[in-house]
Amino acid sequence: MSASYPPLSRKITNVVMLALTGFCTLLVLSVLLTILGYLLWKGASSLNIAFFTKIPAPVGQSGGGVENAIVGTLKLLALASAIGVPIGLLGGIYLSEFAGGWSAFTIRYTTDLLNGVPSVVMGIFVYTLVVLPMHHFSTLAGGVALGIMMIPIALRSTEDFLRAVPRSLREGGLALGASKSETIFTIVIPAAIYGIITGIMLDIARVAGETAPLLFTAFGNLYNSPGWLQPTSSLPVVIYNYAISPYDVWHKQAWAAGFVLLSGLLVISIISRLILARGKKLSHG
Amino acid sequence: MSNAVLATPEVPFESRGLDKKQTWWERLRKGDEVVHLITLAGGWSILVITGLLVQHLWVYSRLSRHAFGWHFLVDSTWDPVNGVFGAWPFVYGTVVTSLLALTIAIPIGLGSAIFLAELAPRKLSNALTFLIELLAAVPSVIYGLIGIFLLIPVLFNVVPYVQKYFGWIPIFNGTFYGVSYFSASIVLAIMVVPFIISISREVLISVPVSQREAMMALGATKWDVTWRAVVPYARQGIMGSIFLSLARALGETMAVTMVIGNVAQVSTSLMAPGYTIAAVIANEFTEATGDLYLHALIELGLVLFVVTMIFNALARLLMLTMKGHEVVG
Repeated sequence: MSASYPPLSRKITNVVMLALTGFCTLLVLSVLLTILGYLLWKGASSLNIAFFTKIPAPVGQSGGGVENAIVGTLKLLALASAIGVPIGLLGGIYLSEFAGGWSAFTIRYTTDLLNGVPSVVMGIFVYTLVVLPMHHFSTLAGGVALGIMMIPIALRSTEDFLRAVPRSLREGGLALGASKSETIFTIVIPAAIYGIITGIMLDIARVAGETAPLLFTAFGNLYNSPGWLQPTSSLPVVIYNYAISPYDVWHKQAWAAGFVLLSGLLVISIISRLILARGKKLSHG
Repeated sequence: MSNAVLATPEVPFESRGLDKKQTWWERLRKGDEVVHLITLAGGWSILVITGLLVQHLWVYSRLSRHAFGWHFLVDSTWDPVNGVFGAWPFVYGTVVTSLLALTIAIPIGLGSAIFLAELAPRKLSNALTFLIELLAAVPSVIYGLIGIFLLIPVLFNVVPYVQKYFGWIPIFNGTFYGVSYFSASIVLAIMVVPFIISISREVLISVPVSQREAMMALGATKWDVTWRAVVPYARQGIMGSIFLSLARALGETMAVTMVIGNVAQVSTSLMAPGYTIAAVIANEFTEATGDLYLHALIELGLVLFVVTMIFNALARLLMLTMKGHEVVG
């Protein structure tokens, strides 16, 4: 290639445009680091023991915490998992091991569409489904909303990891005289178990931060919510309510709550990736 | 989620020879049919839930649909006290913020995807992509928090300069209160950028090397190869990522509610406060007194549902028809 080709103008375009793409990446990364750094700074400086152990103080008084919201979020997630995980697992097994043709296509496509339903619309749906007949907001309604939101990802990730199990393993099971269901439960699922667990943990992390569907299902509560049929507070809703309030004390609590929520999500997300990496190591080594 | 897996054609796991010889009763006794039916119930429950969702949105919006018909979408009076409901300010706000957000996010997202797919060494690219995907895991209420306490104070310092020099353009004039279409769009752009980057990068990476080599052999520069061979080859996947982002931006609730100002008006200026469909539902749903008010809000939910479903379906369709590989969004 001679030195004069490509022409200088195109060489300049080349350098400028490539530099621009690098600049775009830097911009996105700096936004990410700014967000995480600011949240860490504001959140950590607003944290104290009372935040985890006390319920909210009356307006205007300092002190108090969001113990009720932390408990509320954990209860909501437990209920959501109890609804979303079994259905997701069963559906995933069905798609990977049994379904074929139009049935598989319909379920898969519908699942992806359900995954794209705006969370606020899911809130409306569960409001008409659970809150209207029961006449009041409840942990149950919030859990149902988050549970339904969990199904699509639980289902699709289970399906993906099951399909990744080599056909030869299944044939080996059948050749040994195991029935299809025995093969599924003793060979296929154990081979994919790390992936399936990872998918479910990431799924829980995703719905843990959902706010909109909780606004008109779990609503909120200044006190602890006994049982499952009372309105309950939750971390995301507390962040929202405190952030838009006019009180500085509450703004600090919102930052602290945001910090706790995001740390929880990131820890889950990193642990689940470690589990997946370990699973890969086991299956290859 | 792994991608290679989806590329295999639909081969349901079935030992066809064996199954044919067994009667239904034999399979039931061996437990296979029981497992089949139970898992089938799990799979079909998705269809039941989606059906119920559509039915509930339809039934619980009937009063508003009957009272206002299609005018609901274009009338701009939203007056709960007198029972008059027109959704135009919300529709307008939703469209303006989503389009502006995409206008900001597409070049930046595509640029980053090109850098990560074509220029960065694979290891660095994977590490950076992992970080960027963390952005997608941040809950929207936290974006709202950042929007209120970090972005808006920054904008208060920046916007006066913009208005000083560009204030004569209608979209920049007017008093700036912090909360505005503009603030909401920036937050939305930050929220959808990770989607565009992560999907586009995967599509770009999967473009066959032969495409690049052919162009490079003709003496093209790296940028020419990328822009004229690689990007056009991957355009369906990139369009898919854009439609997915659009669907997400249209339905995004909390972050927008916290920074858009929540004023039911239609303004040409992007610096003015506004409202979106999702935001008005979030704000007024629990306060809705009377059935008509509630049904009007649920009809807004129905509109949002239909529109986001259309863009999601388009995105999936684009990605499904891409030859050779698929991308999971």
